[in-house]
Amino acid sequence: MAVQSVKFYQVGSRAVGNRLLEEALRTEQASPARRNALNSGHRACQGCGEALGARYVLDAAVRATGGKLLAVNATGCLEVFSTPYPESSWQLPWLHSLFANAPSVASGVAAALKAQGRDDVRVLAQGGDGGTVDIGLACLSGMFERNDDVLYVCYDNEAYMNTGVQRSGSTPPFARTATTEATGPEPGAPIGQGKDLPRIALAHEIPYVATATVAELHDLEAKVERAMTMRGARYLHVLVPCPLGWGSAPADTVRLARLAQRSGLFPVFEASHGEITAVLPIRSRVPVAEYLRPQRRYAHLFAEPPRIDLLERIQAIADRNIARYGLQEA
Amino acid sequence: MRRQLEGSRAIAEAVARCRPQVVPAYPITPQTHIVEAIGAMVRNGSLAGCEFLTVESEFAAMSAAIGASAAGARAYTATASQGLLYMAEALFNASGLGLPIVLTVANRAVGAPINIWNDQSDSMSQRDCGWVQLYAADNQAAVDLHVVAFALAEELSVPVMVCVDGFVLTHAFEPLEVPEQDAVDAFLPPYAPRQVLDVDDPVAIGAMVGPEAFTEVRYLSHYQLSQALTAYPQLCDGWQRPLSMVDAYRVDGADTVVVTLGSVSGTVKEVADEFGNVGVVTLTMFRPFPYAEVRKALGAAKRVIVLERALAPGAGGIVSADVRAALSGTLAEVSTVVAGLGGRAVTRAALRRLVADAMSGWLGERLVFLDLRDDLVEQQIDRMRQRRASGPQALGLLRDAGIPGSRIG
Repeated sequence: MAVQSVKFYQVGSRAVGNRLLEEALRTEQASPARRNALNSGHRACQGCGEALGARYVLDAAVRATGGKLLAVNATGCLEVFSTPYPESSWQLPWLHSLFANAPSVASGVAAALKAQGRDDVRVLAQGGDGGTVDIGLACLSGMFERNDDVLYVCYDNEAYMNTGVQRSGSTPPFARTATTEATGPEPGAPIGQGKDLPRIALAHEIPYVATATVAELHDLEAKVERAMTMRGARYLHVLVPCPLGWGSAPADTVRLARLAQRSGLFPVFEASHGEITAVLPIRSRVPVAEYLRPQRRYAHLFAEPPRIDLLERIQAIADRNIARYGLQEA
Repeated sequence: MRRQLEGSRAIAEAVARCRPQVVPAYPITPQTHIVEAIGAMVRNGSLAGCEFLTVESEFAAMSAAIGASAAGARAYTATASQGLLYMAEALFNASGLGLPIVLTVANRAVGAPINIWNDQSDSMSQRDCGWVQLYAADNQAAVDLHVVAFALAEELSVPVMVCVDGFVLTHAFEPLEVPEQDAVDAFLPPYAPRQVLDVDDPVAIGAMVGPEAFTEVRYLSHYQLSQALTAYPQLCDGWQRPLSMVDAYRVDGADTVVVTLGSVSGTVKEVADEFGNVGVVTLTMFRPFPYAEVRKALGAAKRVIVLERALAPGAGGIVSADVRAALSGTLAEVSTVVAGLGGRAVTRAALRRLVADAMSGWLGERLVFLDLRDDLVEQQIDRMRQRRASGPQALGLLRDAGIPGSRIG
């Protein structure tokens, strides 16, 4: 009997294209019924990972809640590009208050719903890495420790992009930003600084913590859906490449998100009550240089002569992640 | 029914009878007894349908109140001093979003140097945050003002700050009447927000506004806040006890009138009684500023003494600037008297000397600090002239005053 090999590699990965799947297994993004919660016409840059991530997350959350979802937004790119007066791209109830307080505002919304007996309506709060890991951390930690019924989503593009690409507590080592210039013996952002917010969230032992990227749509949607089946404080950290801040081609946003995961620099996992329950294994591992090279924020590492020493230190971070989370597929 | 109650307890009971649905709380002296009492009422079930959130900061407290109010719940919190400053960004946001949150400020000084005692520097520093500011002259007014505050906030869709002197009122026990539940229910209808986060009718609240409409948005905030000048007296008319916007006492025929706000009003009135020809004007409403009512109350006065419980460093008076504006075009002399900072007692003896100074013509339009220890400040000023050095003033003052422990070794 002749065997025909079917190639499932649709997008340079082993992800199976939607049209090869049964309808029930397809993503929400493939559904004509999706809410399109962040509608087209907004003013994000070409190839914006955050716009992509927000639409993926909110559409999945809208479906998971049967359309009964309220969103709270921190100040940042996502807020600015989506709601220039008198327009709005949001196709769901949406509240923006301040930069630092989105978790607390969401706690207040959740408390109001509880007081009103509306346990059918759910709350999602969202912000960038600046609003989450830096200025909003106190409010986020408070929301976590009180176990308020909120899913908080951080779209991490690893710097303050809205204000012109300054370093945040999430900026990786040696990345050039407007406040960590690529000069001196250790150019770019310092190594040994910064915050690993998913691990900080784990330490709060909240019901659900997960990481994801905009490259793995099925994984991201499944995590949002799982989070919405639970009550209490939940945290989702989504890596969203930023063509402007990373100096990458708009067409490379999804590819870079995938390389971040495959290199081990961005571990993708989920956890319940502080214990890691699953990881997204790395099927075909790539050296960190493959992920870093297409990004101009790392151009100084690949100049003549290349900074092999610094690349090795970044590789060591990836290796440590792979060992720590058991990311290498057996 | 009058009961012997602590001011904070009475305020908490009055707030509870307004049926708040979300109360985020963060402790700070001298406000803490209020939220403790509300928390206890939520726990023991006497305040039903209310979520009490123990948040991690005042910034979070006001932020949670913002979220709750936008989701259609009646929201309340209380703070003081540093706490009010820590929530400053959220105060502006609440008023900008038109959310009818009620906040009690247990007035306390602002550091450095750290000081837990009473003055009104905290709420005065937030004068321009777009909230209605009401100042209670006594604890019965504090109780009643909270009920009116919720009604006013929801009538106009603006937030209201009820300012109550820390310790002097919050910790004083006296016979007080807390309005019965049915009286409050009859006065205060359930919260019916104009705009709310609703899954059946989605809106985006908090959009960015650029130069094309920002001035108009700000104008409308000013317009709406100013409506309190008519809405507040109308609401007070429907309340069971009289409440003033501007209380005029013995002003008829008085050449000298003292203007003040808060609990010091009682002491000033006692001194006015002694003189017989001195009037007292007590402002309950400070924002919006009731220019016409102040001008009317001070109409015939030749000498106006504005007794301030706060200071605008580098300028002087805060309330007196508005009083001068209200009296513009009249011949009245307006002086600024900064008194009772950081808990310094405002005594009748000092007020007697002050009024005498005014009547003699010495006070004029001066800026004076009541009971200032001239010896201490002069020594320190001398020292600063001799040696140029940076650093806090407080330590040198304490040494000169002979305070034990001010010098180590």
